[in-house]
Amino acid sequence: MTNSSTTSKPTGTGVLARHQAELDAGRFLIQRCGACQRAVYFPRVLCPHCGAEEPALVAPAGTGAVYAVTTVRRKPEAGGDYNVSIVELDEGVRLMSRVEGMPPADVRIGLRVRARVVVPPGGSGMVVFDAITGDAA
Amino acid sequence: MTTLKQLRGSAAIAGVATYGCGESPGHTDMELLAEAARRAVADAGLAMKDIDGLCTASASATMWAMPVVEYLGLRPSYIDSTMLGGSSFIAHLLPAMQALASGQCNAVLVCYGSAQRTATFGRREVVASRRYLDPQPYETPYEPMQPLSAYALAASRHMHEFGTTRRDLAEVAVAARAWARLNPEAFMRDPLSIDDVLNARMVCDPLTVRDSCLVTDGAGAFVLVRADRARDLPREPVHVLGTGTAVWNRQISSMHDLTTTAARDSGRAAFDMAGLSPRDIDVVQLYDAFTINVLLFLEDLGFCAKGEGGAFVRGGAIAPGGRLPVNTNGGGLSCVHPGMYGIFALIEAVRQLRGEGGDRQVAGARTALAHGNGGTLSSQATAVLGLAQTL
Ligand SMILES: [Zn+2]
Repeated sequence: MTNSSTTSKPTGTGVLARHQAELDAGRFLIQRCGACQRAVYFPRVLCPHCGAEEPALVAPAGTGAVYAVTTVRRKPEAGGDYNVSIVELDEGVRLMSRVEGMPPADVRIGLRVRARVVVPPGGSGMVVFDAITGDAA
Repeated sequence: MTTLKQLRGSAAIAGVATYGCGESPGHTDMELLAEAARRAVADAGLAMKDIDGLCTASASATMWAMPVVEYLGLRPSYIDSTMLGGSSFIAHLLPAMQALASGQCNAVLVCYGSAQRTATFGRREVVASRRYLDPQPYETPYEPMQPLSAYALAASRHMHEFGTTRRDLAEVAVAARAWARLNPEAFMRDPLSIDDVLNARMVCDPLTVRDSCLVTDGAGAFVLVRADRARDLPREPVHVLGTGTAVWNRQISSMHDLTTTAARDSGRAAFDMAGLSPRDIDVVQLYDAFTINVLLFLEDLGFCAKGEGGAFVRGGAIAPGGRLPVNTNGGGLSCVHPGMYGIFALIEAVRQLRGEGGDRQVAGARTALAHGNGGTLSSQATAVLGLAQTL
């Protein structure tokens, strides 16, 4: 889903800023610890599993499954109901996101999903998910 | 070196008070806190000049201990303003016991007040300002309605893994209301049925407005002294037999397992220190910000096996007359919830052990457990309390 597997490490910006800059450019990255090999999300300056120095930002496969789900109820005039999910990526890390392209009430735990980066006009890039249908699931 | 086992029962709660629970329009957080503090100190048979230790926390003011010291006219030799959300005031117990045991101080006042329901700078504004002061950049963009959405996500997972039903969740709210109907201090006392909860307005699936805690004003305070001194004070001492605090995460998306909380560690620590187990507990007060909390904490604290919380509460089992009295004041769901509920759970435990429960009194209660939760299933603190005969 991205065109780079590992990003270089720009100076003068923190890992949050670099991760967000990648999102703003349409690329979703997680971290992989060089010492213990475990995946890390959200990105941080040390490995929360083994304490090693900043894990490298890497591209995940982008596929995963809905781990927990809720529908936030909102008045139709305010935009209507929307989904908030916790997605577990196939790399084993979880993140909060939402599943798009289907009614919120239809999003179920276990649903196979694929990541997509959306960048609202003038806004910050963010990761959302679409259901994987058919053989691709 | 003093071990935790040696601290068992070394301190006792000598005074408690609540004030302004429900609606107290026109009052500040500080005014509510100070009135509860004054009453708790008087209840302990002490004067404010006897207080040389202070524990307090606020959801909005980051340097809250200082204005409290100033307002109450204290010169404390021991101060703890550790802020862990709603579990704070139970988490304050162990360091306070150590401070008392070392002689650093002789009487610790633990106090909290919030005019969250009626204040002009209320919950909405606190939530808005927190986006800047306490950012969660990996969750906020998805607009979870916090804290409710986090608990709804945990509930969804519990239902998926264990077959827990919305009806099981409703049992928790109905039991809380049944207790509240016996408590004159409770804010919501009208009848509530399972169907009322199931048919209530859905806010974040699977949680309705009736699965959610109140938003009230209110203040609570208690006074902790060494056990030998407590024996000379007017009230029957309620000893802290064991206590523990645990934090594993801040964000719900960082939770290791959405159906197991750090209460597993805080509870184990509290029971180990107390030398007791769940079957020894007569009355239980759990931080019920939402109905799912009670199921999670009954499981994590060992009152039932993981996944069996739903079955455990069925048929009014935690309601008046049930197998285990839980949240006998009506809890955060029906009694009082001014932002950080934990201190009220502890105060209700003390009142039950003192036999002051009135119509809701659990006959012969000698031991009690009070459990605090903070953040979005983030911080957990447990206290096991007992009368002198349990020492
Ligand atoms: Zn590592």
